[in-house]
Amino acid sequence: MYSSLIITNNIHSWVLSLMPAAVTGITEMMMIAMIYLTVFAVLGLFLVLMERKVAAWFQLRIGPNRVGFFGMFQTIADALKLLSKELTGTDKADKFLYNLAPYFLIISSLMALAVFPFSENLQAFDINIGIFFLIAISSIGVIGVLLGGWSSNNKFALIGAMRSGVQTISYELSVGLSLLTMILLTGSLQLSEIIEVQKSGWLIVQGHIPAVIAFMIYMISGTAETNRAPFDMVEAESELGAGFHTEYSGMKFAYFFLAEFINMFIIAAIGTTVFFGGWLSPFGITESIPWLGVFWFLLKAFALVFLMMWFRWTFPRLRVDQLLTLEWKYLLPINLFNIVLMAIIVWLNFTIQF
Amino acid sequence: MGSEALIVFFLAGVILVAGANFISNLISHKSDNPQKREPYESGMPTIGPTWVQFKVGFYLFAILFLIFDVEIAFLVPWAVVYQEVGTVALVEIIIFLFILGLGLAYAWKKGALKWK
Repeated sequence: MYSSLIITNNIHSWVLSLMPAAVTGITEMMMIAMIYLTVFAVLGLFLVLMERKVAAWFQLRIGPNRVGFFGMFQTIADALKLLSKELTGTDKADKFLYNLAPYFLIISSLMALAVFPFSENLQAFDINIGIFFLIAISSIGVIGVLLGGWSSNNKFALIGAMRSGVQTISYELSVGLSLLTMILLTGSLQLSEIIEVQKSGWLIVQGHIPAVIAFMIYMISGTAETNRAPFDMVEAESELGAGFHTEYSGMKFAYFFLAEFINMFIIAAIGTTVFFGGWLSPFGITESIPWLGVFWFLLKAFALVFLMMWFRWTFPRLRVDQLLTLEWKYLLPINLFNIVLMAIIVWLNFTIQF
Repeated sequence: MGSEALIVFFLAGVILVAGANFISNLISHKSDNPQKREPYESGMPTIGPTWVQFKVGFYLFAILFLIFDVEIAFLVPWAVVYQEVGTVALVEIIIFLFILGLGLAYAWKKGALKWK
């Protein structure tokens, strides 16, 4: 799987020497699952810390600085605290759906994480319909939110879940269409091939004007799809308590929290892969050192995550009607027009390639 | 790894949630009283049923979403083969998007995009 990296070859031969060939595949799969679960948890903890540090920075505060070195272990302490809290719930809730909801969120974000090429060949599953798969899997998460909100039998949760439903399905259109605009340039949905195309210039440069428009639409609708401020009516603290996860406590609340932050990273990672060349280094400066791809990928992805955090402290929260107006009367028509524009540019060969 | 990766990741997600729930149940402090088991609505007792017929506006947007989502499913194969097919694909998509634009304009004119 990770054919170009020497370390994985060593691991493969080491596993082969320990057990028969038939069991090797299963063992390696379990190892990969463990690695991804660790990455998943560490990423979630790191993003929460980053959010708090960035928020503090924007508000001229220091932020968490007590636990560990510069507050580095603050989120780990928080996670342990959440783990040791009691799992309460209401008697009135629909118990089965109430417990089922976190599974939808966690599984959908974990499966989405599986298809990203973090570096050359460093990818768990190089699916040939990558972008389509990501659009599909990211819309499953909303089922978890709807189930959680509805089954809680709480009015705040119900309103939050309904708002989340209408918001996520609306903005999913824009995410899909803006990614589709970029597919015109690549002619492939496979993420590794999309990056291959970008060796002659990142797509945002190749597609110039329509690509920049598509990127702006993508970032707006991506922020809305992850239910983040300024599109966070789903869990508007001043209106709805905690929104759809009002009735969840302890670890069950942590799943929603974790999934929200991982989804944010996923949106940034899709943006990195499709618009900014994934693990490719700018101007190919580190092409001879393949493992630096991970560094470039994470650098770009975290830059986009930072952009989303920046949005949060810049814009005031929208009302539901403003939100729907923005999507259906502005972003969607612009997007449809943008696709035609991109089609014409590709047809005329007006793309910029190095 | 091939498509079995998805099954592996699915199981990993199930194990993560179920395992953490199990550990949490094991080590958490437990106490119980009747107030704790009521829905939290800022300290007020719940008035009336929660599972009621919800606002119809949400339903309207769900239908509109369905139309445009199917349209994306149509556009994906077109986008993949666009560079090979060329001029015919361009003309076809302009016609296709024009009709869709008419549909959106109709919904707009009828006030379906207005939040009431």
